[in-house]
Amino acid sequence: MNKQEWLAQQYPKAEERTTRFSTLSDMEIEAIYTPDDQNGRDHAQDIGLPGEYPYTRGVYPNMYRGRLWTMRQFAGFGSPEDTNQRFKFLLAEGQTGLSTAFDMPVLMGYDADSDRSLGEVGREGVSVSSLEDMERLFADIPLDKVTTSMTVNCTASIILAMYFAMAEKRGIPLEKVGGTIQNDMLKEYIAQKEWICPPDPAVRIVADMIEFCAKKAPRWQAVSISGYHIREAGSTAVQELAFTLADGIGYVQAAVDRGLDVDEFAPRLSFFFNLHSDFLEEVAKLRAARRMWAKIMRERFGAKNPKSLLLRTHAQTSGASLTAQQPFNNVVRVAIQALAGVMGGVQSLHTNSMDETLALPTEQAVMVALRTQQVIAEESGVTNTIDPLGGSWAIEALTDKMETEAFVYIHRIDEIGGILRAIDIGYPQKEIADAAYRYQQQLDSREKVIVGVNKYAIPEERPMDILKIGHDVEERQVERVRKVKRERDSAVARERLGRVHAAARNGDNLMPHLIEAVKNHVTLGEISDVYREVFGVYRDPAWL
Amino acid sequence: MEETVSEEKALRILVGKAGLDGHDRGAKIIARALRDAGFEVIYTGLHQTPDMIAEAAVQEDVDAIGLSILSGAHMTLFPAVMKALKARGAEDVSVFGGGIVPPDDIIALKQAGVKEIFTPGVSTQAIVEWIHNNVQPREGVV
Repeated sequence: MNKQEWLAQQYPKAEERTTRFSTLSDMEIEAIYTPDDQNGRDHAQDIGLPGEYPYTRGVYPNMYRGRLWTMRQFAGFGSPEDTNQRFKFLLAEGQTGLSTAFDMPVLMGYDADSDRSLGEVGREGVSVSSLEDMERLFADIPLDKVTTSMTVNCTASIILAMYFAMAEKRGIPLEKVGGTIQNDMLKEYIAQKEWICPPDPAVRIVADMIEFCAKKAPRWQAVSISGYHIREAGSTAVQELAFTLADGIGYVQAAVDRGLDVDEFAPRLSFFFNLHSDFLEEVAKLRAARRMWAKIMRERFGAKNPKSLLLRTHAQTSGASLTAQQPFNNVVRVAIQALAGVMGGVQSLHTNSMDETLALPTEQAVMVALRTQQVIAEESGVTNTIDPLGGSWAIEALTDKMETEAFVYIHRIDEIGGILRAIDIGYPQKEIADAAYRYQQQLDSREKVIVGVNKYAIPEERPMDILKIGHDVEERQVERVRKVKRERDSAVARERLGRVHAAARNGDNLMPHLIEAVKNHVTLGEISDVYREVFGVYRDPAWL
Repeated sequence: MEETVSEEKALRILVGKAGLDGHDRGAKIIARALRDAGFEVIYTGLHQTPDMIAEAAVQEDVDAIGLSILSGAHMTLFPAVMKALKARGAEDVSVFGGGIVPPDDIIALKQAGVKEIFTPGVSTQAIVEWIHNNVQPREGVV
């Protein structure tokens, strides 16, 4: 009896508990998957083995039997000293890489003492205005041993210049400095929405950084192509997959267009995906992502170096899925999401803390989040064999479906004329907003459930202890950047800033000029002002 | 609920994003939900200063402002918007909001005149209902 016959004759359809079964992203899911769902899939060609094209089962031949993923908790709040202390705590507790959250003024290109920064300094990340702040942030951290990830985009070039300047001042050659800077501007216009200038010059700055890192800092990943924020903004899993890879295509095209050989920079591209609670959907998404990227790089860009084909990715559990209600339940959500990431074969992972819908996490909450990864790594046993869900009829069928549907979006973006043009007309933005609204309607009608919120709610809850950022942080950071501006050699600073201005205008690679500028105490806000002046300011089209 | 709205003049609501925060998923969902519920909705877009928001509220002659803030800057931005409204003689515009705001801060903001703060997990129906029950059309505005 084949699947269709069994479903027609044996399966008690009338007794199903709902009329339609779908994933969290509302992708319809069937009662069962069997060998009949192979649809001509060829095992060797479409699934293959880990470390081999098309990398469905993993980018490395030994995966977690060789090295576990990097446990990298995103951290940043208050003053540089506050965050430096949290970094040291995390490293002492067994974390294996650093990940930095910057505050809103950094993310939008304002110094702590700008009017626009009022009330925002150190609140949602760490405050950094100058190289001096950066040096406090990474005090006693060995930059040639610990890899650092920095989540910053429109001002990524400036922050990276500070990091490199700091390494040079400590006598560490840039070839030895390893890490990742998010620097994914395309997804800013699509989803996260922290920007300075319009997309074209923004992509030019990204390409400057890709080029500089390929030549001078080969262990540095100059862009982390991010679906995380796309998903948090309310996209479906398929949209996250499609728009992220479309952004990747955009960057590769921009670098190729300026004459770089694809195999020269592509091995250093990295990705960043979201992990929601629909376990099977997430595992399928990550497997599909690897296969799609390998095909794109080989077929579309003619990459020859096998390393250019690898989609290596960081992943983070979903902040948007966590609830302020009954917050201890979040520990369970995070565990399921993190397990999906591991079963999906990620290279690096952040687990959210249970209190993140209330405030930035306390030390205790961060510890539980980190321990969640350690339990998966060292107790659960899922790391002992590679891609343990590979070959599951359901997982393989969902992986295929993810790929097919995501390629439909990518082809649509090609028809529009590429991702920059698609962003111009608001195509991905509107698709995401529609999906977010649909999901909200499903929550309001209780078609989709959030435990403790629209089902199993309890009336009165005991409040949790949360992290509070004092107002003194802002006052101190404002005074510090003013002091930097007072005490520096202002003629030299002005001259170095002038060189940045000239490079911005004439198309010179900005990076060497930025490094010189920040070494001479030019601040993040001052350089951002140059970007605003030369490239113009992007305004939110405010599509609903 | 929809009937009473269509009989009377629809309330005008400005949905605003103040400060540097780019998280607009909530603001956009609320703006759409209010529009679907029959209100006239104006959405400011991102990265507005308190003055820009107050100015837009006066220009657009709105009855209420819904501010979305997820950046932790609510204790600065809500009072700044209230002050900017007062400076324009528009302190009778109802201000409510939503975002990640701890309970203690909600108490303080309500004492400062913010009418309501909605936190994550609230349904859009609950917000629509609250507006029907608590926002009056502004008087004396032509």
